[in-house]
Amino acid sequence: MFGFGILSGLTFLPLVGAALILLVPGETESGKNNIRWIALWTTIVIFALSLYAWGKFVPGVADFQFLEERSWFGSGLSYKLGVDGIAFPFVVLTAFLMPFCIAASWNSIDNRVKEYMIAFLVLETMMIGVFCALDIVLFYLFFEGGLIPMFIIIGVWGGKRRIYASFKFFLYTLAGSLLMLIAILAMYAQTHTTDITTLLHTKFDPGLQKYLWLAFFASFAVKMPMWPVHTWLPDAHVEAPTAGSVILAGILLKMGGYGFIRFSLPMFPDASHYFAPLVFAMSIIAIIYTSLVALVQEDIKKLIAYSSVAHMGFVTMGLFAMNQQAVQGAVFQMVSHGLVSGALFLCVGVIYDRMHTREIAAYGGIVERMPIYAVAFMIFTMANVGLPGTSGFVGEFLSLLGVFQANSWVAFFATTGVILSAAYALFLYRRVVFGKLEKPNLKSLTDLSPREIAILAPLVVLTIYYGVNPGPILDACSVSVAELIKGYDSALALTKTAALTLH
Amino acid sequence: MNSLSLEIAHALPETILAVGAILLVLIGAFRGKESDGPMTELAVALLGAALVAVILGSAREAGAVFNDSFIDDSFGDFMKGLALIGSIVTLLMSGDFLRRSGVDKFEFPILVVLATLGMLVLISANGLIALYLGLELMSLALYVVAALSRDDARASEAGLKYFVLGALSSGMLLYGASLLYGFAGTVSFGGIAAAIGGHPSTGVIFGLVFLFAGLAFKMSVVPFHMWTPDVYEGAPTPVTAFFASAPKMAAVAISTRVIMTAFPGAVSQWQQIIVFMALASMALGSFAAIGQTNIKRLMAYSSIGHMGFALVGLAAGTEAGVKGVALYMAIYLVMTLGTFAAILSMRVNGKAVEQISDLAGLSRTNAPMAFFLSMLMFSLAGVPPLAGFFAKFYVFMAAVDAQLYWLAVIGILTSAVAAFYYLRVVKIIYFDEPAPALDRPSGTQRAVLTLASLAMLLFWVYPAPLVEAATAAAHSLF
Repeated sequence: MFGFGILSGLTFLPLVGAALILLVPGETESGKNNIRWIALWTTIVIFALSLYAWGKFVPGVADFQFLEERSWFGSGLSYKLGVDGIAFPFVVLTAFLMPFCIAASWNSIDNRVKEYMIAFLVLETMMIGVFCALDIVLFYLFFEGGLIPMFIIIGVWGGKRRIYASFKFFLYTLAGSLLMLIAILAMYAQTHTTDITTLLHTKFDPGLQKYLWLAFFASFAVKMPMWPVHTWLPDAHVEAPTAGSVILAGILLKMGGYGFIRFSLPMFPDASHYFAPLVFAMSIIAIIYTSLVALVQEDIKKLIAYSSVAHMGFVTMGLFAMNQQAVQGAVFQMVSHGLVSGALFLCVGVIYDRMHTREIAAYGGIVERMPIYAVAFMIFTMANVGLPGTSGFVGEFLSLLGVFQANSWVAFFATTGVILSAAYALFLYRRVVFGKLEKPNLKSLTDLSPREIAILAPLVVLTIYYGVNPGPILDACSVSVAELIKGYDSALALTKTAALTLH
Repeated sequence: MNSLSLEIAHALPETILAVGAILLVLIGAFRGKESDGPMTELAVALLGAALVAVILGSAREAGAVFNDSFIDDSFGDFMKGLALIGSIVTLLMSGDFLRRSGVDKFEFPILVVLATLGMLVLISANGLIALYLGLELMSLALYVVAALSRDDARASEAGLKYFVLGALSSGMLLYGASLLYGFAGTVSFGGIAAAIGGHPSTGVIFGLVFLFAGLAFKMSVVPFHMWTPDVYEGAPTPVTAFFASAPKMAAVAISTRVIMTAFPGAVSQWQQIIVFMALASMALGSFAAIGQTNIKRLMAYSSIGHMGFALVGLAAGTEAGVKGVALYMAIYLVMTLGTFAAILSMRVNGKAVEQISDLAGLSRTNAPMAFFLSMLMFSLAGVPPLAGFFAKFYVFMAAVDAQLYWLAVIGILTSAVAAFYYLRVVKIIYFDEPAPALDRPSGTQRAVLTLASLAMLLFWVYPAPLVEAATAAAHSLF
């Protein structure tokens, strides 16, 4: 349409929905409902479009697909979109999670609905754009642009310490990303192009690579988040409204991992190899330390936030092991974590909407009043632990398998994280769901409403489906990952030969 | 075409303004009334005619006239266009404010026209004499404008402070110019460049330093920034809006022209100065603004910081750097005018207010204004996809390309600090409980705010024309 392809459609359709919402008067009750429906339908249409694109996507090809390109800034930068097997699952994941976010905010957001929905739709544009962009400046644009709506979402509709959390979120991420911007400029100064496909085949000087790698690392490590720059995440998660947490855990965190796969590993292979031990160390600390921290949390959301940091530790570890199993495992883990942690936050939202507290101690024995909820929460808790048969297992197992080949000690320490995650997750589940129903205000709890069942059921199905049949995602990314590893290994070999001939 | 008509053709915008300003004075004198009347409209028409002349003349070939002391090239046209837009928009949106504050004197539009004439001469100056002429014409008008509301102690203080410090800086500039003339034996920029060659003598370096001190004062960059916060805060808001927009364009334009055309042989000398001034301005602009509660003072520190960012492009000393500077100034102009349109409309029950906290909860009392002002704040902070990001992008790209890595790294980190105080304004607008509602802004103020904000928000959709114009402007200096 108008010379734009399907990816432009996916990226900018949310803005069309936002523009529609802008025209609807939002003060009256019926106006608010209209806005909710428009937002929901927009996200559903986008999801349908992403499924259509999934049907057209050819999995066994390493090249970028759905390419579109046009000149943008006169000279230099260009507007270029395209996806490969690594990026595309994230596009679909984003489109998939958005309707749930809108639906989960149906009743809990009653204040300034119009602005809320617009912020979410703008955020969707930014998130899909990140995974589609094939121009590094365009990527940066979307990567950073997402901060504005998220800042507003946390700051306006958040909890008590929302202002502190929103500032911390914004400034942490901004400071990290600005260093990446310098690296982007330096790469442009070297190559005079911002085209990612060209940069992927550019060999940067190994000395320069280290600086560039560190600058990109600063940005992605904050976004990921990796220990020790993870501290913004628990604050942001706790204060954000439910849907904000879902997006934060489901998509925004994945941008860091995606950035490693798209930029750090293929463009700076020598530096990635050089810094891999650092990443391993930080990942292990993240896995063990944040799991221990999660054990002592008294706030449900905070506990899940820390568990997210631990799970992202598996992802970074897997990525930098740089073999087929580990990288595919990491990609799978990111998609699966997007589903599972999103679902967990939705579960927290369910009881928060009823009780307006997230304190673990305020609950106990709710299985008596909410049996269906207890089952759904159980399945997601098990997926979070990584129980075989759920999607959480596949990613964790594959990345551990791959890491064991690269460095068995790293795998050894990381495996303790699996035990710890079982400990904090089951401990949480026991305290919230089981026990005696003693607190008087819990006695009037009602079980899931049809709306809530409609939200959680598809997630339960997918969690189990991908646990039993992980093929679709693994097949989609396998060729791209193989290509990535091939390029990485040959680059390392080249540097080695060069070093040998020098001596 | 004989030589005089050719010269007039090249200086047509300046001629229009000079003749027009005299006519305006006569009209004002014969009217015999203190109040403004139709003077603002006439002045806007005059400036508009000059703008049309600039645009029509931009297709003409570049040429130096008046014995090589005045140059008409596309860099000049670009910056003149910006300065004129700044003056026109300020006049358009300040009428309402001045009337309600009881200082709608008819001299104000005339002084703005005179100052703008000075700016145009300054931008086109191709020698030290024309530079000084333009600078003084601009400054003398600005001194008077700063003290426009003479019954207000703060405004008088601002005017006096500006005058005393401005006179000092003019003196320094003149001293530097005389040293340069003494050692180079010529006043034209091209002649100075030829005389210096690749090895500037100590005398020339002294002259250069003094000249820059004078120019830095006009740009309000550290360490010659001290007047800025006081004058911004003390002067009536329309005057502050004027100070923040048009004169900055002229000062940056002439600094760029002097550096590029007169001192290409002294790169290592001026580069240290510019790098220092850029770093110090960015740092001061970012850190000192954090504690401000008055929004005009905040904008003063913000402008110091932004001039620092613009100088980053200048420090690169390359064509890409000049392109970055031109683009930066264009985008900065729009952001500033939009922000000041919002500040001008800050009134509670008819009384002007200027504390940031007066904006609290604006998103609930005036949602469109809140949104547009917040977008401008994000743009000033340089968050993509707003235009402010691209402004920074191009200057830092030039700096990295010129291998000024440390300048780029430190500069970009200070922009993260600066983001904090812009975000604080957004926080006050969106997150805080509403303060008493502001009055409904006047039509022009709303229009300026809306247009400026939308231009910044949608810049990325079709940026090519502005970028191409800046590229052409930069190319004409080399």
